[in-house]
Amino acid sequence: MKGNLNLIIEESRTLKAIARNWAFCFLIFFIVIFSFTGKGFLSIVNFQNIIHLSVIAIFMAAAETFVIITGGIDLSVGFVMGLSSVTAGKIIQILFAAGNLSVGAILLTGSVIALVVSLIPGLISGIMIARFKVPPFIATLGMWGITNGIALKICKGFPVASLPDELTKIGNGYTIYYKEGSGISWFSLPAGIANDQIREYLRLIPISFILLFIVIFILRHILNNTTFGQHTYAIGGNEDAAIRSGINVQKHLIKIYMLSSFIAGMAGVFNVFQTGIGNFTTFGAMYELFAVAAVVIGGASLLGGKGRLLASVVGVLLIAVLENGLLISGVEPFYRYIAVGLLLILAIVIDQLFPDLF
Amino acid sequence: MSYLIETRNITKRFGGLVAVNNVSFGVNPGEVVALLGDNGAGKSTLIKMISGVYPNDGGDILYNGEVVKIHTPMDALANGIETIYQDLALAENLNVYSNIFLGREKTKKRLGLFPVLDHGYMYDESVGILKKLDIKIPSLRNNVRTLSGGQRQAVAISRSIYWNAKVLIMDEPTAALGVAQQKQVLDLVNSLKGHGIAIILISHQMHDVFEVADRICVMRRGELVGNLVKKETTTEEIVSLIVGSETVQ
Ligand SMILES: Nc1ncnc2c1ncn2[C@@H]1O[C@H](COP(=O)(O)OP(=O)(O)OP(=O)(O)O)[C@@H](O)[C@H]1O
Ligand SMILES: [Mg+2]
Repeated sequence: MKGNLNLIIEESRTLKAIARNWAFCFLIFFIVIFSFTGKGFLSIVNFQNIIHLSVIAIFMAAAETFVIITGGIDLSVGFVMGLSSVTAGKIIQILFAAGNLSVGAILLTGSVIALVVSLIPGLISGIMIARFKVPPFIATLGMWGITNGIALKICKGFPVASLPDELTKIGNGYTIYYKEGSGISWFSLPAGIANDQIREYLRLIPISFILLFIVIFILRHILNNTTFGQHTYAIGGNEDAAIRSGINVQKHLIKIYMLSSFIAGMAGVFNVFQTGIGNFTTFGAMYELFAVAAVVIGGASLLGGKGRLLASVVGVLLIAVLENGLLISGVEPFYRYIAVGLLLILAIVIDQLFPDLF
Repeated sequence: MSYLIETRNITKRFGGLVAVNNVSFGVNPGEVVALLGDNGAGKSTLIKMISGVYPNDGGDILYNGEVVKIHTPMDALANGIETIYQDLALAENLNVYSNIFLGREKTKKRLGLFPVLDHGYMYDESVGILKKLDIKIPSLRNNVRTLSGGQRQAVAISRSIYWNAKVLIMDEPTAALGVAQQKQVLDLVNSLKGHGIAIILISHQMHDVFEVADRICVMRRGELVGNLVKKETTTEEIVSLIVGSETVQ
């Protein structure tokens, strides 16, 4: 039965493409379903919202994609994000209170320092994994605890507030504001329009999309078109082969965990812009687990060697659409977890049935 | 004539186990030296030191009569020492030409700035080398996972030849192959000999060894116990060296 199915799929290009991109097909399928069941689901505003609120999860999944392709896992991404968020928040708070610098300089300083700090957990787990052969699960679990502890220490257990308003204006801003009669205004409401009139405007392309697009474009380019990406796949496929081909696997793995950590740091900085405060990550958030789930739904294997960046993004969007669609359709929220669980099982089954597809 | 590649009193320990003990041997250009020995005799460990996978714990490696430091596979490759392993060392999740270029990918500049993989170049070059060696593989864009054992072997060998191997080390290259494919590999070995390549061949198949080797070295429990010219020895003598307690230098 399994053999037959495999054969049929092997022979048909269309079926092969569908099986390979089943998560994407499911995404379309659910969008169609929820368009009927959920009032207000099918709208530009709602879709923009879904993506805007998924930016952080997409960053997490992108980070996890690189790590998982090498055959590793990074459990620390959620708390590295929190560390980055409170670090950026704290620095911005202090500089803002001092009042010597322009807001632009303050935001830039806070963001850059947080990004640099976020490289450190990755460097440490990378060295432990590559040099001292600590299993990735354990090494990054260590960083999971340490980064969370440090983040809580920095913010003393409270969100870092009293930050400039410019943060959310950028983080939640749109590229285009449009109102019939008054035309298009770029990047901000036309001068003299009060904030409570914002609903009269059609707001298109959140600024976060531009960030998201640039980051994903660059990361996908790195993974698909560069030597670095090629070596990432090779290490996951056969680490010995990579070593014997002269690839410096230790150095590469350290870079991978630093990259993962850095992407999580970007998520943290973005989080400050999105919420206007520095947030520590709560235990219940489980960013790392949802990221791993999204990557696996996207067709990656925890054994390493395969995974695609855009497929991981689709994995995140699938989970997000399910969540949003179920909510709008009036289904109780805990079904979300069941849905994610079912999708994961489906991903594994498909991977088992068609091992050569990806 | 000095050896192209040579080891002097080379030693490797794994904890308390001495896997290779004080071994000295060498290979001339255009010569095939077969390395024989029972399972666990230390053959693979010996060649892994020459190819930079394991650092040696004692002794020297000489290339062209000069001591060279081979600490990493890159060092070995830089000296033209290429290795085909028992377990092949191909990345099965990558396609054929990506494997031929693994670790030495060809890139081109996109927009004059960003280096990107030059798939077209790597594909064309790989087609060329396979053609030169008369190796047939369905599609170079298929993952190596989909190839047969013989085809994988051929990919590994053509990779070495493409990268200008001066010393070619093969760890049981015919072990997993059918009869016809075994013959192809042996023919390939014979033709490489004509190009002045020094070849070290590990094999358990006496027939292969006597067909292509010029010299036969026998290892037993980490030590080199025999170094014989093929024409002056017999299968019986070799077998007794492998299992017995004799030593012939
Ligand atoms: N990485 C390692 N760690 C510990 N011991 C090892 C390692 N590699 C090899 N050994 C041991 O060293 C000895 C020599 O092994 P080696 O693989 O060199 O044998 P071999 O001659 O190639 O055998 P075979 O014909 O079975 O391939 C064996 O006892 C083996 O168990
Ligand atoms: Mg061996």
